[in-house]
Amino acid sequence: MTTITADGHIDDHAHDADHKPAFFQRWFMSTNHKDIGTLYLIFAIVAGIIGGAISGLMRLELAEPGIQYLQMWATAHNGMMGGGEASLDEAYHLWNVLITAHGLIMVFFMVMPAMIGGFGNWFVPLMIGAPDMAFPRMNNVSFWLLVPAFLLLFGSTFVPGGTGLGAGTGWTVYAPLSTSGSAGPAVDMAILSLHLAGASSILGAINFITTIFNMRAPGMTLHKMPLFVWSVLVTAFLLLLSLPVLAAAITMLLTDRNFGTTFYDAAGGGDPVLYQHLFWFFGHPEVYIMILPGFGMISHIVSTFSRKPVFGYLGMAYAMVAIGVVGFVVWAHHMFTTGMSVNVKMYFTAATMVIAVPTGIKIFSWIATMWGGSMTFKTPMMWALGFIFMFTVGGVTGVVLANGGIDDNLHDTYYVVAHFHYVLSLGAVFSIFAGFYYWFPKMSGRMYNELLGQLHFWIFFIGVNILFFPQHFLGQQGMPRRYADYPEQFAYWNQISSIGYAVMLVGVLIFFVNIGYSLLAGRKAVGNYWGEGATTLEWTLSSPPPFHQFETLPQIK
Amino acid sequence: MATASSSLSSKNRRSGMMAALMGLGMLGMGFAAVPLYEVFCRVTGYAGTTQRVGEAEAATVKSTTRVMSIRFDSNVNSALPWSFKPEQAVDHVTVGARDMAIFLATNNSDKPVMGTATFNVTPLLAGQYFNKIQCFCFSEQLLEPGQTVRMPVLYYVDPAILDDPETKDIKEITLSYTFYRAADDQAVDAAKGDS
Repeated sequence: MTTITADGHIDDHAHDADHKPAFFQRWFMSTNHKDIGTLYLIFAIVAGIIGGAISGLMRLELAEPGIQYLQMWATAHNGMMGGGEASLDEAYHLWNVLITAHGLIMVFFMVMPAMIGGFGNWFVPLMIGAPDMAFPRMNNVSFWLLVPAFLLLFGSTFVPGGTGLGAGTGWTVYAPLSTSGSAGPAVDMAILSLHLAGASSILGAINFITTIFNMRAPGMTLHKMPLFVWSVLVTAFLLLLSLPVLAAAITMLLTDRNFGTTFYDAAGGGDPVLYQHLFWFFGHPEVYIMILPGFGMISHIVSTFSRKPVFGYLGMAYAMVAIGVVGFVVWAHHMFTTGMSVNVKMYFTAATMVIAVPTGIKIFSWIATMWGGSMTFKTPMMWALGFIFMFTVGGVTGVVLANGGIDDNLHDTYYVVAHFHYVLSLGAVFSIFAGFYYWFPKMSGRMYNELLGQLHFWIFFIGVNILFFPQHFLGQQGMPRRYADYPEQFAYWNQISSIGYAVMLVGVLIFFVNIGYSLLAGRKAVGNYWGEGATTLEWTLSSPPPFHQFETLPQIK
Repeated sequence: MATASSSLSSKNRRSGMMAALMGLGMLGMGFAAVPLYEVFCRVTGYAGTTQRVGEAEAATVKSTTRVMSIRFDSNVNSALPWSFKPEQAVDHVTVGARDMAIFLATNNSDKPVMGTATFNVTPLLAGQYFNKIQCFCFSEQLLEPGQTVRMPVLYYVDPAILDDPETKDIKEITLSYTFYRAADDQAVDAAKGDS
């Protein structure tokens, strides 16, 4: 990566390089990787607003012990579909619907579309010096599969799902709750939504793998490829190998629900624990799918703002490969409480802890990149530093939870909630914001406002820490996940956690003000607005890049 | 240029197909997990799955002097109108010696009902050493209205359990059954018409 410098010429040949199709054709029948990336980013922002609003409802209800609003909401929800006063059970069901929707939306419709669909589509072709993705039409199909997937999930909240309206199974959709426990079409719709989102991601993965293997500019060997491209390559393989297993698992759920099979039903010789194995064989790689592209982005940002090439490039690349490979053989650490022998627990504990090694390599390499560098603390760098801190906190609690013995105690408590929000809601989301500020001027041609960006970072950083850090304490005191109510003794930290949400919300509002302001009145961005630290190929192009780039392939020395 | 781009597109098609095949392969593996998981449980005794042995193999087992208590646990799914309980709650059995336990099942409804039982043992690790020669749980059971049936299980505990460091301290094994209404019970009503 250290040797990547393009020939220096900006690729804007005189002939219609910037001719754009008409509006409908451009945005609805798009085959241009940058436009599809933009669509993905808009989609992710919309989904993020909905998923974030749902977590706001949950923090509002959890701010005090007792049921304050939930029953009222459930009655209103019933009312929308012509139903009457909601029972307490229906209110509890609504809670399950909220946690399910929050999880599925944030995982499948916010983080994945933003990281892989958004930044991946935008910058993988630019960074490897390719004119576009390998299969531009399939790229369009990938995006447009996500829209009906999201609509199916959204629609499922308005049809019966057992105890009340909507699918209340949790994002894991465990049997038997999702089979005999949830009559009605809501869960079927949620499962089909997962099928579509999965198909979308699998097609995207095939596209990325082909693009990265076949369309690198002359001279760009795999070992000269930017780390973000490496991260997307590993992510694409994880998607390709794990999502079909989820598809198989939830297809069997569908047949169990509708066609009388008993894959997960003990009455017919099936086993509900089999579903858990299949789900987590997908689910664990999935958590790396959500964070690896973030790793790639953070590497570029840390290197850019330290004005140094990234420390230990090959180690960084192969650490991601190692995380991907080992990520496939640790799934049962999500199931420590399903009754495993000591030996099986020991294996899954040890294998899980092994992942801390490549992850540690990455953390230390980022620090070593900064060491002795000429650092500037622009907004993207602040988010990157925030990411490193948050991800390390989440990683440390992850090593705690990896212990089978400790997990028996902490399983399904708020400690787990705090852990995965530190690595995802704070880790993945911080890296998305970092990438967004880093590349927003490149994508839009307008600089963001630095003051608003800094303000967004600090308020958001403080907010999410107030929001999630106390949940460690709640978990250690034994507060279980997925309940709408809790005893008095948990009131103190829950209230603080809800205050943290409000602080974070202010930060998010500043983000939207910043986007609006920058699009309307931001300064025009030059091609390489970060200066000498930014060395990858996208910085050799104008901001925004021409509609078609690299018609003459750049030469990598 | 034309040849260069057409060779790229055929190269892309080949890579894309290979990637798609990997995806399809994993989809197949997802479904193949069902029988593989069953075989895995049966072979390793995972999750307390008991072993099934033939008469010939059972005849070669030598009895030891260690005595273990075997507890019997019985459950009925709420959809099945049966009562089901062991004749005695606990047996004291010499490891290696065969023993017969009797369960009593009564159909409390006024219709013939077919049931099928699932089973396992705890501690789960004992599954690979708990051998059944005969069991009512190997097949579906049809009970006429009001009928009570004595259901036998012929089993022994493999003496190898005493050599395994993980299981040698086990002094008590619980054999648990849960009766469910058989999935094809509707067929019973139809069959009743013939008889």
